[in-house]
Amino acid sequence: MDTQPLTELLRAAVPGASIDSLDPGDMPAIAVNREHLLDVCATLRDHPALQFAFLADVTAVDLYPANPRFEIVYHLACLGPHYVTAGAAAPAPPARLRMKVRLPADDARIPSVTALYPTAAWPEREVFDLFGIAFEGHHDLRRILMPEDWEGHPLRKDYPVQIRKETASWSPLQLTPEEFARNIRESQARADRDARGKSDRRD
Amino acid sequence: MADHDIPILTTSVEKMVQWARRSAIWPVTFGLACCAIEMMAMSCGRYDIARFGAEVFRGSPRQSDLMIVAGRLSRKMAPVLRRIYDQMPEPKWVISMGACASCGGVFDNYSIVQGVDQVVPVDVFVPGCPPRPESLIYGIVQLQRKIDKQRMSA
Repeated sequence: MDTQPLTELLRAAVPGASIDSLDPGDMPAIAVNREHLLDVCATLRDHPALQFAFLADVTAVDLYPANPRFEIVYHLACLGPHYVTAGAAAPAPPARLRMKVRLPADDARIPSVTALYPTAAWPEREVFDLFGIAFEGHHDLRRILMPEDWEGHPLRKDYPVQIRKETASWSPLQLTPEEFARNIRESQARADRDARGKSDRRD
Repeated sequence: MADHDIPILTTSVEKMVQWARRSAIWPVTFGLACCAIEMMAMSCGRYDIARFGAEVFRGSPRQSDLMIVAGRLSRKMAPVLRRIYDQMPEPKWVISMGACASCGGVFDNYSIVQGVDQVVPVDVFVPGCPPRPESLIYGIVQLQRKIDKQRMSA
Protein backbone atom coordinates (compact mmCIF):
# COMPACT_ATOMS: atom_id res chain seq x y z
CA MET A 1 0.00 0.00 0.00
CA ASP A 2 2.96 2.30 -0.44
CA THR A 3 1.83 5.11 -2.67
CA GLN A 4 5.19 6.84 -2.90
CA PRO A 5 6.28 5.38 -6.26
CA LEU A 6 2.86 6.25 -7.66
CA THR A 7 2.89 9.83 -6.43
CA GLU A 8 6.44 10.35 -7.67
CA LEU A 9 5.51 8.99 -11.08
CA LEU A 10 2.44 11.24 -11.26
CA ARG A 11 4.37 14.32 -10.12
CA ALA A 12 6.91 13.68 -12.86
CA ALA A 13 4.24 13.11 -15.50
CA VAL A 14 2.03 16.06 -14.55
CA PRO A 15 4.26 18.96 -13.57
CA GLY A 16 2.64 21.44 -11.24
CA ALA A 17 -0.01 19.08 -9.95
CA SER A 18 -0.49 18.85 -6.21
CA ILE A 19 -0.50 15.14 -5.42
CA ASP A 20 -0.56 13.94 -1.83
CA SER A 21 -0.62 10.49 -0.30
CA LEU A 22 -3.54 9.83 2.02
CA ASP A 23 -4.06 7.32 4.78
CA PRO A 24 -4.44 4.15 2.72
CA GLY A 25 -7.09 2.27 4.70
CA ASP A 26 -8.16 -0.58 2.45
CA MET A 27 -6.48 0.64 -0.73
CA PRO A 28 -3.87 3.18 -1.80
CA ALA A 29 -5.27 6.69 -1.74
CA ILE A 30 -4.12 9.99 -3.17
CA ALA A 31 -5.44 13.54 -3.19
CA VAL A 32 -5.27 15.59 -6.37
CA ASN A 33 -5.99 19.23 -6.97
CA ARG A 34 -8.90 20.13 -9.20
CA GLU A 35 -6.93 22.00 -11.85
CA HIS A 36 -4.83 18.98 -12.78
CA LEU A 37 -7.49 16.29 -12.36
CA LEU A 38 -7.88 15.53 -16.05
CA ASP A 39 -4.13 15.31 -16.68
CA VAL A 40 -3.70 13.02 -13.69
CA CYS A 41 -6.59 10.83 -14.84
CA ALA A 42 -5.13 10.59 -18.34
CA THR A 43 -1.77 9.57 -16.88
CA LEU A 44 -3.36 7.01 -14.57
CA ARG A 45 -5.26 5.52 -17.46
CA ASP A 46 -2.64 5.57 -20.19
CA HIS A 47 0.75 5.23 -18.47
CA PRO A 48 2.12 1.72 -19.28
CA ALA A 49 3.15 1.17 -15.67
CA LEU A 50 -0.28 2.12 -14.22
CA GLN A 51 -3.10 1.34 -16.67
CA PHE A 52 -5.98 2.27 -14.37
CA ALA A 53 -8.42 1.69 -17.22
CA PHE A 54 -11.49 0.99 -15.10
CA LEU A 55 -13.35 3.69 -13.19
CA ALA A 56 -15.39 1.75 -10.64
CA ASP A 57 -17.27 4.60 -9.01
CA VAL A 58 -17.56 8.34 -8.51
CA THR A 59 -19.04 9.58 -5.29
CA ALA A 60 -18.75 12.51 -2.90
CA VAL A 61 -18.51 13.39 0.77
CA ASP A 62 -19.91 16.50 2.39
CA LEU A 63 -17.68 17.53 5.31
CA TYR A 64 -19.85 20.49 6.33
CA PRO A 65 -19.02 22.77 8.10
CA ALA A 66 -15.35 22.09 7.38
CA ASN A 67 -13.64 23.81 4.48
CA PRO A 68 -12.83 22.56 1.89
CA ARG A 69 -16.33 21.21 2.21
CA PHE A 70 -16.65 18.58 -0.51
CA GLU A 71 -14.53 15.59 -1.37
CA ILE A 72 -15.14 13.95 -4.74
CA VAL A 73 -13.95 10.35 -4.57
CA TYR A 74 -12.91 8.31 -7.59
CA HIS A 75 -12.30 4.60 -7.34
CA LEU A 76 -9.99 3.31 -10.06
CA ALA A 77 -8.84 -0.18 -10.87
CA CYS A 78 -6.14 -1.70 -13.01
CA LEU A 79 -7.39 -5.06 -14.21
CA GLY A 80 -3.94 -6.56 -14.76
CA PRO A 81 -3.73 -9.08 -17.59
CA HIS A 82 -7.49 -8.87 -18.16
CA TYR A 83 -7.28 -5.51 -19.86
CA VAL A 84 -4.28 -3.82 -21.42
CA THR A 85 -4.57 -0.13 -22.15
CA ALA A 86 -4.26 0.78 -25.80
CA GLY A 87 -0.63 1.56 -26.61
CA ALA A 88 0.83 -0.39 -23.70
CA ALA A 89 3.01 -3.38 -24.57
CA ALA A 90 2.45 -5.45 -21.43
CA PRO A 91 -0.16 -5.54 -18.65
CA ALA A 92 0.49 -3.63 -15.44
CA PRO A 93 0.05 -5.42 -12.09
CA PRO A 94 -3.57 -5.39 -10.92
CA ALA A 95 -4.25 -2.64 -8.40
CA ARG A 96 -6.88 -0.38 -6.98
CA LEU A 97 -6.64 3.31 -6.25
CA ARG A 98 -8.78 5.84 -4.42
CA MET A 99 -8.39 9.40 -5.68
CA LYS A 100 -9.89 12.37 -3.88
CA VAL A 101 -10.41 15.93 -5.02
CA ARG A 102 -11.32 18.55 -2.43
CA LEU A 103 -13.62 21.39 -3.35
CA PRO A 104 -14.44 24.60 -1.47
CA ALA A 105 -18.04 25.21 -0.40
CA ASP A 106 -18.50 28.39 -2.42
CA ASP A 107 -17.04 26.98 -5.64
CA ALA A 108 -18.38 23.43 -5.96
CA ARG A 109 -17.42 22.64 -9.51
CA ILE A 110 -15.03 20.14 -11.02
CA PRO A 111 -14.10 19.04 -14.53
CA SER A 112 -15.98 16.00 -15.72
CA VAL A 113 -13.92 12.90 -16.45
CA THR A 114 -16.48 11.57 -18.95
CA ALA A 115 -14.14 12.30 -21.84
CA LEU A 116 -11.61 9.87 -20.35
CA TYR A 117 -14.02 7.46 -18.65
CA PRO A 118 -17.42 7.41 -20.39
CA THR A 119 -18.75 5.28 -17.54
CA ALA A 120 -18.57 8.36 -15.28
CA ALA A 121 -21.66 9.84 -16.95
CA TRP A 122 -24.27 8.45 -14.57
CA PRO A 123 -22.26 8.53 -11.31
CA GLU A 124 -21.46 12.18 -12.00
CA ARG A 125 -25.14 12.88 -12.58
CA GLU A 126 -25.90 11.21 -9.26
CA VAL A 127 -23.31 13.32 -7.43
CA PHE A 128 -24.71 16.42 -9.13
CA ASP A 129 -28.25 15.45 -8.17
CA LEU A 130 -27.57 14.71 -4.51
CA PHE A 131 -24.63 17.03 -3.70
CA GLY A 132 -25.02 19.83 -6.22
CA ILE A 133 -21.51 19.54 -7.61
CA ALA A 134 -21.26 21.02 -11.11
CA PHE A 135 -19.31 18.73 -13.44
CA GLU A 136 -17.96 20.99 -16.15
CA GLY A 137 -17.89 19.42 -19.57
CA HIS A 138 -20.47 16.74 -18.78
CA HIS A 139 -22.62 16.23 -21.85
CA ASP A 140 -25.93 15.63 -20.04
CA LEU A 141 -25.87 16.95 -16.49
CA ARG A 142 -29.46 16.34 -15.34
CA ARG A 143 -30.96 14.97 -12.16
CA ILE A 144 -30.99 11.19 -12.15
CA LEU A 145 -32.70 10.08 -8.91
CA MET A 146 -34.81 12.98 -7.69
CA PRO A 147 -37.76 14.36 -9.68
CA GLU A 148 -36.62 16.83 -12.30
CA ASP A 149 -38.34 19.80 -10.65
CA TRP A 150 -36.82 19.07 -7.22
CA GLU A 151 -35.27 21.94 -5.30
CA GLY A 152 -32.03 21.47 -3.43
CA HIS A 153 -29.55 18.64 -3.13
CA PRO A 154 -30.66 16.19 -0.45
CA LEU A 155 -27.34 14.59 0.58
CA ARG A 156 -25.85 17.91 1.55
CA LYS A 157 -25.42 18.02 5.30
CA ASP A 158 -27.36 21.27 5.60
CA TYR A 159 -30.39 19.88 3.74
CA PRO A 160 -33.49 19.50 5.95
CA VAL A 161 -34.02 15.73 5.79
CA GLN A 162 -37.49 15.73 7.35
CA ILE A 163 -38.72 18.54 5.14
CA ARG A 164 -42.49 18.55 4.61
CA LYS A 165 -43.31 19.28 1.02
CA GLU A 166 -46.55 19.08 -0.84
CA THR A 167 -46.87 15.80 -2.71
CA ALA A 168 -47.22 16.27 -6.44
CA SER A 169 -49.81 13.73 -7.51
CA TRP A 170 -50.14 14.90 -11.06
CA SER A 171 -47.63 15.09 -13.88
CA PRO A 172 -48.37 16.00 -17.50
CA LEU A 173 -48.41 13.36 -20.17
CA GLN A 174 -45.30 13.38 -22.29
CA LEU A 175 -47.36 14.12 -25.43
CA THR A 176 -49.16 17.33 -26.29
CA PRO A 177 -52.75 16.92 -27.54
CA GLU A 178 -51.55 17.65 -31.10
CA GLU A 179 -48.87 14.96 -30.90
CA PHE A 180 -51.38 12.53 -29.46
CA ALA A 181 -53.84 13.18 -32.30
CA ARG A 182 -51.08 12.83 -34.87
CA ASN A 183 -50.01 9.49 -33.37
CA ILE A 184 -53.56 8.16 -33.68
CA ARG A 185 -53.84 9.48 -37.25
CA GLU A 186 -50.52 8.00 -38.35
CA SER A 187 -51.08 4.63 -36.73
CA GLN A 188 -54.50 4.48 -38.37
CA ALA A 189 -52.96 5.33 -41.75
CA ARG A 190 -50.30 2.67 -41.18
CA ALA A 191 -52.94 0.07 -40.33
CA ASP A 192 -54.93 0.99 -43.45
CA ARG A 193 -51.81 0.72 -45.58
CA ASP A 194 -50.95 -2.68 -44.08
CA ALA A 195 -54.49 -3.90 -44.67
CA ARG A 196 -54.32 -2.78 -48.32
CA GLY A 197 -50.93 -4.47 -48.70
CA LYS A 198 -52.33 -7.71 -47.42
CA SER A 199 -55.29 -7.63 -49.77
CA ASP A 200 -52.92 -6.84 -52.66
CA ARG A 201 -50.81 -9.87 -51.85
CA ARG A 202 -53.89 -12.02 -51.62
CA ASP A 203 -54.88 -10.95 -55.11
CA MET B 1 -91.94 -20.72 -1.06
CA ALA B 2 -93.74 -24.02 -0.88
CA ASP B 3 -92.10 -25.91 -3.67
CA HIS B 4 -88.43 -26.33 -2.81
CA ASP B 5 -87.58 -27.94 -6.13
CA ILE B 6 -87.83 -24.70 -8.10
CA PRO B 7 -84.20 -23.45 -8.54
CA ILE B 8 -84.91 -19.81 -7.79
CA LEU B 9 -83.56 -17.34 -5.22
CA THR B 10 -85.19 -14.02 -4.65
CA THR B 11 -83.08 -10.99 -3.80
CA SER B 12 -82.73 -7.34 -4.69
CA VAL B 13 -80.61 -6.15 -7.59
CA GLU B 14 -78.57 -4.12 -5.14
CA LYS B 15 -77.72 -7.13 -3.00
CA MET B 16 -76.81 -9.16 -6.04
CA VAL B 17 -74.52 -6.47 -7.42
CA GLN B 18 -72.83 -6.09 -4.03
CA TRP B 19 -72.33 -9.83 -3.89
CA ALA B 20 -70.82 -9.88 -7.38
CA ARG B 21 -68.52 -6.96 -6.67
CA ARG B 22 -67.18 -8.20 -3.37
CA SER B 23 -66.75 -11.78 -4.53
CA ALA B 24 -64.37 -10.97 -7.37
CA ILE B 25 -62.11 -8.11 -6.32
CA TRP B 26 -59.33 -8.16 -8.86
CA PRO B 27 -56.23 -6.33 -7.58
CA VAL B 28 -53.86 -4.49 -9.87
CA THR B 29 -50.28 -5.75 -9.74
CA PHE B 30 -48.65 -2.87 -7.92
CA GLY B 31 -45.88 -3.85 -5.53
CA LEU B 32 -43.61 -1.03 -4.39
CA ALA B 33 -41.41 -2.66 -1.76
CA CYS B 34 -41.03 -5.57 0.64
CA CYS B 35 -44.78 -5.55 1.41
CA ALA B 36 -45.24 -6.85 -2.12
CA ILE B 37 -43.51 -10.08 -1.07
CA GLU B 38 -46.17 -10.62 1.58
CA MET B 39 -48.82 -9.70 -0.97
CA MET B 40 -47.45 -12.38 -3.31
CA ALA B 41 -47.40 -14.86 -0.42
CA MET B 42 -51.02 -14.01 0.21
CA SER B 43 -51.90 -14.84 -3.38
CA CYS B 44 -50.07 -18.18 -3.33
CA GLY B 45 -51.24 -21.58 -2.19
CA ARG B 46 -50.33 -21.39 1.49
CA TYR B 47 -52.59 -18.43 2.28
CA ASP B 48 -54.64 -18.61 -0.91
CA ILE B 49 -56.62 -15.42 -1.36
CA ALA B 50 -58.52 -17.31 -4.07
CA ARG B 51 -60.79 -18.44 -1.23
CA PHE B 52 -62.06 -14.86 -1.16
CA GLY B 53 -62.12 -14.31 -4.89
CA ALA B 54 -59.30 -11.76 -5.02
CA GLU B 55 -56.51 -13.85 -6.49
CA VAL B 56 -56.60 -12.55 -10.05
CA PHE B 57 -53.81 -9.96 -10.10
CA ARG B 58 -54.17 -8.04 -13.33
CA GLY B 59 -51.31 -6.55 -15.27
CA SER B 60 -53.51 -3.72 -16.51
CA PRO B 61 -55.31 -1.15 -14.37
CA ARG B 62 -58.15 -1.25 -16.89
CA GLN B 63 -59.12 -4.70 -15.65
CA SER B 64 -58.69 -4.06 -11.93
CA ASP B 65 -60.99 -3.19 -9.05
CA LEU B 66 -58.51 -2.87 -6.23
CA MET B 67 -55.14 -1.23 -5.80
CA ILE B 68 -53.04 -2.63 -2.97
CA VAL B 69 -50.38 -0.03 -2.34
CA ALA B 70 -47.73 -2.42 -1.04
CA GLY B 71 -44.74 -0.45 0.14
CA ARG B 72 -43.31 3.04 0.56
CA LEU B 73 -44.30 5.54 -2.07
CA SER B 74 -41.59 7.94 -3.15
CA ARG B 75 -42.52 11.43 -4.23
CA LYS B 76 -41.23 10.68 -7.70
CA MET B 77 -43.57 7.67 -7.89
CA ALA B 78 -46.64 9.53 -6.60
CA PRO B 79 -47.81 10.87 -10.00
CA VAL B 80 -47.40 7.37 -11.45
CA LEU B 81 -49.53 5.83 -8.71
CA ARG B 82 -52.17 8.49 -9.22
CA ARG B 83 -52.23 7.91 -12.96
CA ILE B 84 -52.65 4.14 -12.55
CA TYR B 85 -55.45 4.77 -10.06
CA ASP B 86 -57.12 7.13 -12.53
CA GLN B 87 -56.89 4.47 -15.25
CA MET B 88 -58.84 1.95 -13.18
CA PRO B 89 -62.55 1.76 -14.01
CA GLU B 90 -65.19 2.51 -11.39
CA PRO B 91 -66.01 1.09 -8.93
CA LYS B 92 -62.52 0.90 -7.46
CA TRP B 93 -60.97 0.58 -4.05
CA VAL B 94 -57.58 1.12 -2.44
CA ILE B 95 -55.88 -0.78 0.35
CA SER B 96 -52.90 0.93 1.96
CA MET B 97 -50.69 -1.96 3.00
CA GLY B 98 -48.13 -1.58 5.77
CA ALA B 99 -46.69 1.23 7.83
CA CYS B 100 -44.83 2.97 4.98
CA ALA B 101 -47.84 3.27 2.70
CA SER B 102 -50.09 4.34 5.56
CA CYS B 103 -47.91 6.98 7.23
CA GLY B 104 -44.36 6.87 5.88
CA GLY B 105 -43.23 4.31 8.45
CA VAL B 106 -39.55 4.56 9.33
CA PHE B 107 -38.92 6.71 6.25
CA ASP B 108 -39.59 10.08 7.82
CA ASN B 109 -37.69 12.01 5.18
CA TYR B 110 -37.92 14.23 2.14
CA SER B 111 -38.30 11.54 -0.49
CA ILE B 112 -41.18 9.41 0.85
CA VAL B 113 -44.86 10.40 0.81
CA GLN B 114 -46.07 10.36 4.42
CA GLY B 115 -49.22 8.36 3.72
CA VAL B 116 -50.67 7.46 0.33
CA ASP B 117 -54.00 9.01 1.33
CA GLN B 118 -52.37 12.26 0.19
CA VAL B 119 -52.47 10.88 -3.34
CA VAL B 120 -55.41 8.45 -3.60
CA PRO B 121 -58.51 7.84 -1.43
CA VAL B 122 -57.81 4.85 0.82
CA ASP B 123 -60.57 2.44 1.89
CA VAL B 124 -58.68 0.12 4.24
CA PHE B 125 -55.38 0.63 6.09
CA VAL B 126 -53.54 -2.58 6.96
CA PRO B 127 -50.95 -2.02 9.73
CA GLY B 128 -47.72 -3.98 10.04
CA CYS B 129 -44.13 -3.87 8.89
CA PRO B 130 -44.71 -5.76 6.75
CA PRO B 131 -48.20 -7.09 7.51
CA ARG B 132 -48.52 -10.85 7.59
CA PRO B 133 -50.51 -12.34 4.71
CA GLU B 134 -53.27 -13.06 7.23
CA SER B 135 -53.44 -9.35 8.02
CA LEU B 136 -53.86 -8.48 4.39
CA ILE B 137 -56.54 -11.13 3.97
CA TYR B 138 -58.30 -9.59 6.97
CA GLY B 139 -58.01 -6.22 5.24
CA ILE B 140 -59.60 -7.61 2.10
CA VAL B 141 -62.42 -9.14 4.15
CA GLN B 142 -62.94 -5.75 5.76
CA LEU B 143 -63.12 -4.25 2.30
CA GLN B 144 -65.71 -6.87 1.33
CA ARG B 145 -67.82 -5.84 4.32
CA LYS B 146 -67.47 -2.23 3.26
CA ILE B 147 -68.60 -3.08 -0.28
CA ASP B 148 -71.59 -4.93 1.19
CA LYS B 149 -72.68 -1.74 2.88
CA GLN B 150 -72.30 0.46 -0.18
CA ARG B 151 -75.50 1.52 -1.92
CA MET B 152 -75.77 1.60 -5.69
CA SER B 153 -77.81 4.78 -5.58
CA ALA B 154 -75.09 6.58 -3.66
